Amino acid sequence: MQPTHSSRRILLPVKNWFILLTLILALVLNLVPFGRFPGIPDWVALVLAFWCIHQPLKVGMAAGFLLGLAMDVADASVMGQHALAYVLLAYFAAGWSRRVLWFPLAQQALHVLPMLLGMQIVMLVTRMIGGAEFPGVLWFLSSITATLLWHPITYVLLTPQFQPEDKDVHRPI
Amino acid sequence: MSVVGHAPPPFFKRGPAPLVRLAFFVSLSLVLLVADLRFHTLEWARLAVATAAWPLQRITGMPIDAAGDFGSYLSRQSTLLKENEELRRRQLETANLLLRQDHLEQENKRLRTLLDMRERQPVEGRIAEILYAARDPFSRRVIIDKGSQHGIASGNAVVDDIGVIGQVVRVFPLTSEVLLLTDKEQAIPVSVQRNGLRAVLAGAGSGMMELRFLAANAEVQVGDILVTSGLDGVYLPGLPVARVAKIDRDSSYSFARIICTPLAGVERHGLALVLGARTALPPQPEDAPAVPDQPTRGKRVKKKVR
Repeated sequence: MQPTHSSRRILLPVKNWFILLTLILALVLNLVPFGRFPGIPDWVALVLAFWCIHQPLKVGMAAGFLLGLAMDVADASVMGQHALAYVLLAYFAAGWSRRVLWFPLAQQALHVLPMLLGMQIVMLVTRMIGGAEFPGVLWFLSSITATLLWHPITYVLLTPQFQPEDKDVHRPI
Repeated sequence: MSVVGHAPPPFFKRGPAPLVRLAFFVSLSLVLLVADLRFHTLEWARLAVATAAWPLQRITGMPIDAAGDFGSYLSRQSTLLKENEELRRRQLETANLLLRQDHLEQENKRLRTLLDMRERQPVEGRIAEILYAARDPFSRRVIIDKGSQHGIASGNAVVDDIGVIGQVVRVFPLTSEVLLLTDKEQAIPVSVQRNGLRAVLAGAGSGMMELRFLAANAEVQVGDILVTSGLDGVYLPGLPVARVAKIDRDSSYSFARIICTPLAGVERHGLALVLGARTALPPQPEDAPAVPDQPTRGKRVKKKVR
């Protein structure tokens, strides 16, 4: 496994407990009560999209569904709203993972942006059908913040898998 | 190539196809959505999970609280002194009123018993602190730090020192959710203070409210104060609610479009008072039976209440 498919670095295998820990940490970060302050990223969506792209066999729609249920309760929103959005996000992230991983990080982020925006639009549509008010255009800012965070979060979440680079002139690989 | 009746063994077992899994989870989410939006049947699950997550939520709220505390710690002593002086002055001013209120309440009670009217239920209040606004960007709710353990019940009215804030909609053991007046789902029966015209005030989103179903020529002016009419049996009558900000009388519509701004600090945070439940209103009067005035214990004949 490499950081991107075009990279020459070989990564260590991922640890299952690390995936679980990061997802739980993202949930905790989402619980921080910022109220209606615009531009706070949806950490769970970002970390879920990351793992679905990097480990599509380990993290998928079931994880998205469970995380979505947890977010629905924590957010005091309608049950199933986040679950539906995260399941769709996980589906598209895992489906695109082979394509996305060929690109450098900036272009990966450009692939993640429509996924996150689509997730927000799914939530918007489900709630507007339920008769809720429009939260304002600034609400979509959180997807853009999350996209900008794609670069740093890739390094943070892949840190335990990096191994020291020891150059051996006799063995190029 | 597969022989008839023999499928080749799969190389990698990955369970059902992604589309099948997607359909399964999407339909499960849709069922949940409908069950919650249409039938409101999932409150028990929410209650259980929210109670379990309560300590976690308090911990995550700590940095925000600490930042607020740090900010107020840095507020200069002079502001505190000024505020203290102001509070002292206001207390003196209101002490007069409070003392008279006691007296007036007693007098009112005597007069009411004289008039043989139903005694007004004294409503007790509980002071609660607004912890934070709920993260859900589609509705306007706040979380207060009193729950069913402190005697809060769903449907209680929440007021601050100026007027009505909202209504308790969901009660957890240690916290409760208050739906603010500016939420689209919230409606409150009001009357115009100037002339007693009754109407229904509903949230209009983006911090405003709308006076609904009033005829285009209704007697409402910009600047009118709206108070609760008490017809719903939830809010006490006479609590200030909103001020009329803008009236749009378009003759092509049968109703006027009246936009109001809330009086109380609906979107601000601080302390709030949760009023206890009012006793149920008396049933609708049917054809009033002609009860002759009978003297009680041989005393005076009461005058008919008009």
